[in-house]
Amino acid sequence: MSKHLIDLIDIRKSYGTEDALKRINLYIRDGEFLTLLGPSGCGKTTLLRLIAGFTMPTEGRVLIDGKDVSAIPPYKRRVNTVFQKYALFPHLNVYDNVAFGLKIQKLPKDEIDRRVNEMLELVNLKGYGKRWIEQLSGGQQQRVAIARALVNRPQVLLLDEPLGALDLKLRKGMQIELKRMQQHLGITFVFVTHDQEEALTMSDTVVVMNEGVIQQIGTPTDIYNEPKNVFVAKFIGESNILPGTMKRDLLVNFHGMDFTCVDKGFAPNEPVDVVIRPEDIDLVAPDAGMLRGVVKSVLFMGVHYEFRVECGDVMLTVHSTDYVEPGCEVGVVILPDAIHIMHKSDAPDAAEPLPQEDLPEDAPELLPEE
Amino acid sequence: MKRTVFAYPYVVWMLIFILAPMLMIAYYAFTSDGAFTLANLAGALTNEMYMQVLLRSVWIALKATVVCLLLGYPIAYLLSKMKRSTASLLSVLFIVPMWMNFLLRTYAWQVLLSPSGILNNLLKAVGLPAQQFLYTESAVMLGTVYNFLPFMILPIYTVLSKMDQSQIEAAHDLGANGPTTFFKVVLPLSMPGVISGITMVFIPAITTFAISRLLGGGKFMLYGDLIENQFITLGMDAWGSGSALSFILLVLVLISMAVMRRAEREAGEEGGGKLW
Repeated sequence: MSKHLIDLIDIRKSYGTEDALKRINLYIRDGEFLTLLGPSGCGKTTLLRLIAGFTMPTEGRVLIDGKDVSAIPPYKRRVNTVFQKYALFPHLNVYDNVAFGLKIQKLPKDEIDRRVNEMLELVNLKGYGKRWIEQLSGGQQQRVAIARALVNRPQVLLLDEPLGALDLKLRKGMQIELKRMQQHLGITFVFVTHDQEEALTMSDTVVVMNEGVIQQIGTPTDIYNEPKNVFVAKFIGESNILPGTMKRDLLVNFHGMDFTCVDKGFAPNEPVDVVIRPEDIDLVAPDAGMLRGVVKSVLFMGVHYEFRVECGDVMLTVHSTDYVEPGCEVGVVILPDAIHIMHKSDAPDAAEPLPQEDLPEDAPELLPEE
Repeated sequence: MKRTVFAYPYVVWMLIFILAPMLMIAYYAFTSDGAFTLANLAGALTNEMYMQVLLRSVWIALKATVVCLLLGYPIAYLLSKMKRSTASLLSVLFIVPMWMNFLLRTYAWQVLLSPSGILNNLLKAVGLPAQQFLYTESAVMLGTVYNFLPFMILPIYTVLSKMDQSQIEAAHDLGANGPTTFFKVVLPLSMPGVISGITMVFIPAITTFAISRLLGGGKFMLYGDLIENQFITLGMDAWGSGSALSFILLVLVLISMAVMRRAEREAGEEGGGKLW
């Protein structure tokens, strides 16, 4: 797991005057499931296309296995892609679609036959070889696209929002299947999505991107629990973000009160952003809480209720499975490990994992649709 | 009021200008002095000269179609690879001559190719002997190809420019280099356009007239000229045989259209999308 399979070094990609990618530095380890996550237009697909070889970086280098591949065309790279709309060949049947890459390699007929059938079995399409592409459902076409790419035994499989066109149930099923295939085959997957839930479920590593810049790289739990900035906190899951001041290690002041927290290493009295996940806030009897608030609205979300609780001049979003009537006065408990402290995005010494540009003042609030 | 009402003028138009003439052709082809006969048809089919002209027409139309395809496909391919604005400008250049009358265009070639025309003057200027360009079979071919080439380019261009680029990328991704991608993906997917182009060139080419008279000097009479000849030069007496010749050509066109339709359906089944 430790070997770098792909290194992206100081990548910049511009289209005319627009920079689609700015100073990207990223490595992808052999055998990992890495997800590029971000809103549309954040550059994640461009990054994928650079690895595939469909576009060339304006500046910087792409290394695969330590070798600079910037000048190597896609058909010579041991990288295969599952395209967003599958891009299957409508003039070929399922078998010939899957066999396409192997036939180009001019492998012996019986080997092609064996590998294609093996792959069709892996994606649960045994016996579909003679079917035409247009006779298949979206989910089946998806499987053909995956089989067509994987049959070539690539070093890396690139997947460009492959589940976007599927309905929720099918998508959930495919997420699990993809993960299973990845573990079974031990192939590195680079997966592009705008769906944060998908990213958190499937990945070993999540790379959050916005406006051509990597915002954070980490494991799903890191990304969720320790967002590095406001953009990540807002994009991944839901969060309450409050301005505060770090008084000293393990003590933060926000909403005019001191709270014990678990973060340290900030400058004394450094202005910070405080992130509190809605599910980490507890609602208790009015006198038992740290804050007092009034429940303004309740939404039933299925598993839990979503409350909007007004505490003085702040509105907190709270998730809880226990019902409270709107209009009730409640106590709000925020425990130390519910509090995540982030450097202000414009702070010069923001400890970023990788060189990256500062976020604009008004980072777009792009919450996922689901 | 039903919307179909709006189609009535069109139906009337079709009855008067398409169906009626065809019925008249059939009538004259199969009658003599008002009585049914197969003599006209038999005469047209057994006349050795007529059959020679028919074979020559088919042969020249086939050759012109092949030349149009060989010229038109690369042009359409290059157009589809260009920036859209450049491509539409260039395709206008191909279409503009079509705005000019067909005969005028062909007359223009007569002037260009004539013994004292621009081409021969150019040859003289570089010290080469003058050539006989006009009134050769090549001149007839040139005229046919020139007149019908746009009908080959446009349908192929349409299919190529609408082609899903990600399919081409997918082919590259799976290890296919440029030529392999072209022959395994681009060409098969553009077959509907190719078939439309062939239909749109072959059928006008086989029925054309005037080109062979103007550029071939009457030495390479085509079936269209033969039919024109029957009606214009020979007059009322030859209407029966002229109609029989027209009828034969009509059947030939219908057969070739059926063949094309079938080929198009097969190409369509294999995907690539229908053009028309």
